[in-house]
Amino acid sequence: MSNIQQALQERILVLDGAMGTMLQAYKFTEADFRGGRFKDYPTPLQGNNDLLSITQPEAIKEIHAKYFEVGADIVETNTFSGTTIAMADYQMEDLVYELNYQSAKIAREVADEFTAKEPHKPRFVAGSIGPTNRTASMSPDVNDPGYRAVTFDELRKAYKQQVEALIDGGSDLLLVETVFDTLNAKAALFAIEEVKDERGIDIPIMLSGTITDASGRTLSGQTAEAFLISVSHIPLLSVGFNCALGANLLQPHLEAIASKTDFAISAHPNAGLPNAFGEYDETPEEMGAQIEEYLKKNLINIIGGCCGTSPEHIKVIADLASKYKPRQAVTLSAVEGSNE
Amino acid sequence: MRNKNDKDPIKKVSSFWGEVGVGKKYMRLSGLEPLVLNENSNFINVGERTNVAGSRKFLRLIKEEKFDEALDIARHQVDGGAQIIDINMDDGLIDGKESMVRFLNLIAAEPDICRVPIMIDSSKWEIIEAGLQVVQGKSVVNSISLKEGEEKFIWEAKQIKRYGAAVVVMAFDEVGQADNYERRIEISKRSYDVLVNKVGFPSEDIIFDLNIFPVATGMEEHRRNAIDFIEATRWVRENLPNVSVSGGVSNVSFSFRGNDGVREAMHSVFLYYAIQAGMNMGIVNPALLEVYDDIPKDLLEHVEDVILDRRDDATERLLDFAETVKGSKVEKTVDLSWRENSLQERITHALVKGIDAYIIEDVEQARQEAEKPIDVIEGHLMIGMNVVGDLFGAGKMFLPQVVKSARVMKKAVGYLNPFIEAEKGEKQEALGKVLMATVKGDVHDIGKNIVSVVLGCNNYEIVDLGVMVPPEKIISEAKEHNVDAIGLSGLITPSLDEMVYLAKEMERQNFSVPLLIGGATTSKAHTAVKIDPQYKNAVVHVNDASRAVTVVGDLLNKKTSHEYVAKLKKDYDEFREKFLKRGKEKSYIPIEEARNKKYSIDWETSEIVKPNELGIQKLKQLSLKELLPFIDWKPFFISWDLHGKFPEILTDEVVGEQATQLYEDAQAMIKQIVAKQLLKPKAVFGLFEANTINDDDISIQKKGREIAVFRTLRQQLKKREGIPNIALSDFIAPKETGKTDYMGAFCVGIFGAQELATYYKEKEDDYNSIMAQAIADRFAEAFAEYLHKQVRTKHWGYASDENLSNEELIKETYKGIRPAPGYPACPDHLEKETIWELLDVEKLIGVTLTESLAMWPAAAVSGYYFGNPEAKYFGLGKITDDQVTDYATRKGIGKDKARKWLHPNLAEE
Repeated sequence: MSNIQQALQERILVLDGAMGTMLQAYKFTEADFRGGRFKDYPTPLQGNNDLLSITQPEAIKEIHAKYFEVGADIVETNTFSGTTIAMADYQMEDLVYELNYQSAKIAREVADEFTAKEPHKPRFVAGSIGPTNRTASMSPDVNDPGYRAVTFDELRKAYKQQVEALIDGGSDLLLVETVFDTLNAKAALFAIEEVKDERGIDIPIMLSGTITDASGRTLSGQTAEAFLISVSHIPLLSVGFNCALGANLLQPHLEAIASKTDFAISAHPNAGLPNAFGEYDETPEEMGAQIEEYLKKNLINIIGGCCGTSPEHIKVIADLASKYKPRQAVTLSAVEGSNE
Repeated sequence: MRNKNDKDPIKKVSSFWGEVGVGKKYMRLSGLEPLVLNENSNFINVGERTNVAGSRKFLRLIKEEKFDEALDIARHQVDGGAQIIDINMDDGLIDGKESMVRFLNLIAAEPDICRVPIMIDSSKWEIIEAGLQVVQGKSVVNSISLKEGEEKFIWEAKQIKRYGAAVVVMAFDEVGQADNYERRIEISKRSYDVLVNKVGFPSEDIIFDLNIFPVATGMEEHRRNAIDFIEATRWVRENLPNVSVSGGVSNVSFSFRGNDGVREAMHSVFLYYAIQAGMNMGIVNPALLEVYDDIPKDLLEHVEDVILDRRDDATERLLDFAETVKGSKVEKTVDLSWRENSLQERITHALVKGIDAYIIEDVEQARQEAEKPIDVIEGHLMIGMNVVGDLFGAGKMFLPQVVKSARVMKKAVGYLNPFIEAEKGEKQEALGKVLMATVKGDVHDIGKNIVSVVLGCNNYEIVDLGVMVPPEKIISEAKEHNVDAIGLSGLITPSLDEMVYLAKEMERQNFSVPLLIGGATTSKAHTAVKIDPQYKNAVVHVNDASRAVTVVGDLLNKKTSHEYVAKLKKDYDEFREKFLKRGKEKSYIPIEEARNKKYSIDWETSEIVKPNELGIQKLKQLSLKELLPFIDWKPFFISWDLHGKFPEILTDEVVGEQATQLYEDAQAMIKQIVAKQLLKPKAVFGLFEANTINDDDISIQKKGREIAVFRTLRQQLKKREGIPNIALSDFIAPKETGKTDYMGAFCVGIFGAQELATYYKEKEDDYNSIMAQAIADRFAEAFAEYLHKQVRTKHWGYASDENLSNEELIKETYKGIRPAPGYPACPDHLEKETIWELLDVEKLIGVTLTESLAMWPAAAVSGYYFGNPEAKYFGLGKITDDQVTDYATRKGIGKDKARKWLHPNLAEE
């Protein structure tokens, strides 16, 4: 059993908050994004946050450290868009390995510093694997519902490259997140299994979907339970939901899956719903109060924040999480059996 | 999910928790929705019409690349109850891999199909893999086997596991197909061990196909085919934990092809025993299945002898017996004896019964016999329509029938018109010309359409201007067409003022033709008091389509019309006088006094539940099917002038037969609408913090900041001591209480009804055109009911334990209310604008408001949610000028504008 599995049995683990929101505060310019190395790169690079792991590594480190300081157990690597598919927008497909490797390495260094300081609380690095900007089971062309902008095999290859670099850079686990199309996630899982198989290793996987609709479905139309069933063929460390909704709206969906799986349950909601200006204005206390509802109901093993959350949010969440016991191996038959 | 009574031994499995005890495991599949097997699951029926090997039609469609029609087959299967659909593209003449990918991609865009899991069926691995790469749910691969050795078997199983699918394993190995009990056991045991131990395949995801072979073939070695399958099934389910058993059932009766009676019995008997033995899924054609208990005893005995191999001569005996069964199945036939009658009788019959199948043929015969084609209309057809008119007048025919008669009539006339024109002959002389219009700002036209049809088939020419017709257009068209009468329709209250305005205009422009008034909010009172005085000539309120013919007949009959109109005027004068007197007897209290007598809730003890989900949400991905249980049928029958409770009306002595027919037609259309997604439901709703301020206003807040204010109106009728004067604001905690209360708002709309109605109208099919609109209205109301329930039990969640039947829902026995602006509790339509702004309705779901604040599409419902247990529906009644002034000030609008919108509720007039 790996360290993280042991830690999971003892307590609720805390995941970090938003990376993008934190980077905005640095107000990096096009020149900052480029740094010296990409001074003459042919495409505009501002907004390519993943690139900052190479051009502004100190800022990335600083953000990781801020989250660890307030009590996060796990930080996510700065690699949400680190696939050839997503990097095509910047013509940086060839840099994908380096981006992922460097991002993992930076996070690893910060995590090791904190673990050395507080050995009783080991810190972990989750290699973040985003959904890419294409969907494998939906057509972007309304006139041709049978068309697909990306195939399973293209996704599988792109994910495989990202996974290899994330592992080489020192990730403790992998986090396939913000899954809006289950088929994309299945391609990522397929790629991870291939790497595991080829290298003869095991690495824990967290998988997190996103529910965008009031009727409780993913963008690709699945109910929460159908989504759970569709990704349960691979032994996961955890399954859960992130993004799109605030903590309160996420709760019914977490409840829908928590009673139906032996995997750990994770959640990293947004700081509420965006306001008219696209900003997230839920305060740490407001978000905390809603997250405490999960904890009271014993729904959670891993908790963190997505868009709009800051170290202040994570601090409140971490303080709360320390007061509650993690969701137990309520395993289905055991609980039902005892009800007889 | 797992059953408590499971007796299987607990075994250890590992998860991140370490080793935990887990009992029996059950297969879980998914499309957009889950399909979970458990102890209590019924037999899982796999649809197989989307299999090129099983359906010639499907093969042809794929070959011709008619994918739309192929999708219809898939949809039909799901609608018919298939819980999984099997898709197979193995045919030498098509590119199997490309067809599989294309078809699965198209299915993924059809939520009504891809809600169920897919079974990817092929004997070629490359097709299976291509299929696995395009389905997001957990599907089933059909199939793999040990036929080509263990290595390939293991490799394929490993891939399938990695793609996340369950698998059908055929009882087949290197030696051949299992064809007896022992071989079935031998192969399934070996396959199971390899899969579970060498591949780590989840045992609950294994489905054995144990080969169903035909019996009663005459060959000795086939005698035990069925019983061996059944017994092997029992062994597999008892000895190989967690697996399922499946098979293609129709094989078993192969030797009785052509004798469906026997085949159906064989399938039922086979399934009866196989399911008992543990067969839990399979491919069954539901059309070829008899109910076990309904199989005649003698046939049952013979079939069981064969299936269970109970006698040496079982096959011979069944073959002999089968001769007597052949064709015994009674087909439901249509009585066509009326086709033997004379030509006129046939035409009349077709018109009275609304049968259009033979009308062209009969009309053609009549045309050839007649001197001029016009004679057929004026002769044969009019004779028939007169019978219809008489029966209708005598109450022996009902509105839906008459509309169907009109459909036949239109078809006949449509056929004859080219002949009439070719002869440049005179067109048929109509009894008169009637202009029909739904007034400006209003979109509701079911009633108007029905009246038009009824008048049309009574030989009036109809000039139908449609909906939202401005008064200038009504006036100019009336002049241009030189019409003999004008009919106005409207459903919402602002339409009443439009009608008054039009009456004034007609007077000003010296019109003399009669004005007919109809529609749900119109009344004899309003017509007599407000419209009639504006116009010197005839004004009649006709709210009942069946009265329209006689009224128009009397009005246009030159001999009697003068007298009739005079009588009418007198009647309305008297009615008006009486009405106005009666109105004066009521007395009202000033608004300030009414506020002191508000409905009081004890906010210290009253239960306020905070919604689970605050904010605005939009609903997508909803299947119309989910709305069906919420449909309230009573108003549907009322729109067809059939009055009575549902379902009692279906067996009513007088209208029962018609009501039943209408109901069946509606069901048939609903089935189509659901299958083809002809109507699209859309909804938006929001739940907010709210407090009552200044007695009658409700402040809507987000995190304490005001984002909207709803203005409510208060009853002012003087009441007995202790009876409150209610406003909706009484149901929300006042700001002064210091408590945060909540309320909601919503809008649901059904899109596509207009297109559907137009489609039928263009086909000269008014009956179905009106039907489509009436059904869309029902869906809209059902949707509002459905959404309210979702809100009560889930999104707001104050009634999460509610468990009400549909009947109770219609009776509104639930906690909380959903009043709608424009209706009795809050008659001011202007408040819709506040809802639209608050929820951003137009942008989010596309329901718009007309200038009279009617919703478009017409099949839409909007309103508020109040969750307090004491909240109840009430009628505002009349209000007095002081409240109007106060309301205008609060709302920041001119008093004239307020008066205009509150017109119907003003006490002084």
